[in-house]
Amino acid sequence: MFAFLLFVSDAQNAFKVRLSIKTALGDNAYAWDANEEYLFKAMVAFTMRRYSTKTTTQISNVLLCNVTDRVSFWFVVTDSSKNTTTVPGSEVEAAIRMNRNRINNAFLLSDKTLQFLKISSTLAPPVEPSTPVWLIVFGVVLCLIVAAIVFLVVAGIQQRKKKNKESTERENLEEKGEVTITIENGIPCETLDLKAGHINGVFSADDERFTSL
Amino acid sequence: GLAGVSTRVGVMDKSRPLWDNPVQFVFACISYAVGLGNVWRFPYLCQMYGGGGFLIPYFIMLIVEGMPLLYMELAVGQRMRQGSIGAWKIISPYLCGVGVASVVVSFFLSMYYNVINAWAFWYLFHSFQDPLPWATCPLNSNRTGYEEECEKTSSTQYFWYRQTLNISPSLEVSGAVQWEQALCLTLAWLVVYLCILRGTESTGKVVYVTASLPYCVLIIYLIRGLTLHGAVNGLIYMFTPKLEQLSNPKTWISAATQIFFSLGLGFGSLIAFASYNEPSNNCERHAIIVSLINSATSIFASIVTFSIYGFKATFNYESCINKVILLLLNAFDLEEGSLTADNLNEMKDYLMATHPQEYAQLLPQLKNCSLEAELDTAVQGTGLAFIVYSEAIKNMEVSQLYSVLYFVMLLMLGIGSMLGNTAAILTPLTDSKVIATRFPKEVISGVVCFINCIIGLIFTMEAGNYWFDIFNDYAATLSLLLIVLVETIAVCYIYGLRRFEKDLHTMIGRKLNWYWKVMWAFASPLLIISLFIFYLTDYILTGTLQYQAWDGTQGQLVTKDYPGYALAVIGLLVASSTMCIPLGALVTFVRKRLKRERVSTVA
Repeated sequence: MFAFLLFVSDAQNAFKVRLSIKTALGDNAYAWDANEEYLFKAMVAFTMRRYSTKTTTQISNVLLCNVTDRVSFWFVVTDSSKNTTTVPGSEVEAAIRMNRNRINNAFLLSDKTLQFLKISSTLAPPVEPSTPVWLIVFGVVLCLIVAAIVFLVVAGIQQRKKKNKESTERENLEEKGEVTITIENGIPCETLDLKAGHINGVFSADDERFTSL
Repeated sequence: GLAGVSTRVGVMDKSRPLWDNPVQFVFACISYAVGLGNVWRFPYLCQMYGGGGFLIPYFIMLIVEGMPLLYMELAVGQRMRQGSIGAWKIISPYLCGVGVASVVVSFFLSMYYNVINAWAFWYLFHSFQDPLPWATCPLNSNRTGYEEECEKTSSTQYFWYRQTLNISPSLEVSGAVQWEQALCLTLAWLVVYLCILRGTESTGKVVYVTASLPYCVLIIYLIRGLTLHGAVNGLIYMFTPKLEQLSNPKTWISAATQIFFSLGLGFGSLIAFASYNEPSNNCERHAIIVSLINSATSIFASIVTFSIYGFKATFNYESCINKVILLLLNAFDLEEGSLTADNLNEMKDYLMATHPQEYAQLLPQLKNCSLEAELDTAVQGTGLAFIVYSEAIKNMEVSQLYSVLYFVMLLMLGIGSMLGNTAAILTPLTDSKVIATRFPKEVISGVVCFINCIIGLIFTMEAGNYWFDIFNDYAATLSLLLIVLVETIAVCYIYGLRRFEKDLHTMIGRKLNWYWKVMWAFASPLLIISLFIFYLTDYILTGTLQYQAWDGTQGQLVTKDYPGYALAVIGLLVASSTMCIPLGALVTFVRKRLKRERVSTVA
């Protein structure tokens, strides 16, 4: 009765808590009974003590109310030094925020499955490495591709130089060859001794007999 | 006796480079034809136009349009042994404009198509993180919740629109060049350059990989996809034929268009590839093989896509149900596990009866979850490839592995198509004596890649995706239809069907079947003319052209009108390629006239 009055009059200092035990633990879910409630009260008292060394919150100072099947309930923290007053909501909120991790772990739950409805939890930032991973992979691939391109281009240039050298060499050889390897009726001229041959005098080139163009 | 005639090596023409073996040629054609369209367009069409029933118009169009036109292009290339400009010049000097138009369209295509490879690289590099970056929303500035834009839409859409594209709210707001995307684009062009650097020598080896690797990945995904929870829903949905769609003319038009664009006709790539063949190559058999494999791949890819769809739809449906259950549990403080998917409807009625007021308050938040609605969201294009698939992947186990495999597959498909596009541009350039004698082919390829890369930076700006959509929708569609129509008429009526038949007989050694002759002379041109008329009337009837813009504040796409200068660009894109055909004929006519006059004055 007394607690009920507290909840009604100090609604802003009361917090609703919602647990999703089956979602979090599945087959290993424990049932929510009086023992678990006792643990919860103990955790809240511990939190208040840890938050401010002045307070000497007892388990009996934490009052639970309206426990449902969902497993959700309301709680307030009373101040035993000042009779029938509740600890301001802002203090409770700050205390819980500070020790949220410890409370979660006591119940094997997380921020999502043990919800304090008025206290929004800060989400853990994603782990970000100093250099983005994608740049590293990009750099590796880029180096490989550029190396392959350079290799192919250089190989192509060398191949072309070799081909050019080969073709000019062959051309040079052929020009010299035309002088030495002319074939006359199947007989190379070298074997024909032009000096030893007979020169037909009739056909000596007599320029004066021909009319000049 | 005469002195021996000396032959000098420099005077003789260098012989044309050839494929090492016919397998390389077939792989090159498959690699070019099997592209992203098979993966992201065909499943959409299948879904929209009657599921399993769509296969009927698809196969009819394949036989009437796909195979004949593919064979014709390969035969022209193999016979003329030149790129598109040279080949059509040989058929008739007035048709050099057709070749030029093909090169222009290929140029437009290669400008914007490689941006897709850049996006694939981006996603690939981001797949090496745990968890995948598109799996969760980033936190807002005071870390109390998630980014607002990400909350309104999903994390995968946010990753695509905000972190990849950084898209602006409309086309007018150009924004700055995104350096990350520019880097990926440069890398994509370097990869393409590496593959085309040595001409057929290097391309021939690369296509072994780009043609076969996507099939390996698709098989892995097929096995994975079929074993996913809920995949069967997607497959049943896809394959139940809705035969009433066959009476819808759009079904037939879509089938015809899909076959046409999927095979990549009219770009000049097929002519270029075939020009590197041995003259005695049996391109008839290859044409049939390539077109059948292309269609089979489309169906195969859509089986994979629909199992993924089914998985994603089931996952979303179950998440939706779970959200509703959680909402009801929290509102009415019921015990956990008392509400399940099975008893949800009865419990809803019960709660409505017992707590009418609270239920009424809650009603706007209770969404009606429906599996059909999830399956009905038909997506195509980049949305399917980058949003839907990545959403499905993030929910799989070992998602990094599947992500890497998938984006490598997209890359292979995209690069394979790029090889064909660049071949269509480079082959006419290397054939032309003016350019080829002055510059080695490495330099020509390098210059082409460089110019395309610089122009492609437009698509990395904040409004880049809107320009991409413009190019994707308008750069190639009308022009290609006109080009292929002119090609078919040219081969059949200007060059002469009998002359072509004789050429093929000398090349391949087999008589031409009447089926090919009938298709080339009548069926295919008629089909293309009707497609052309349909497209024109569609453009004229819809009036102003519109586009989908991403609204970050709402977290969804909104429809907007194109501004004036965008319409001008569209007009320019279509005109610059189609006008080449009559201009080419005109220029040739004028040149011949001038030559005749010059000859007559000299003599």
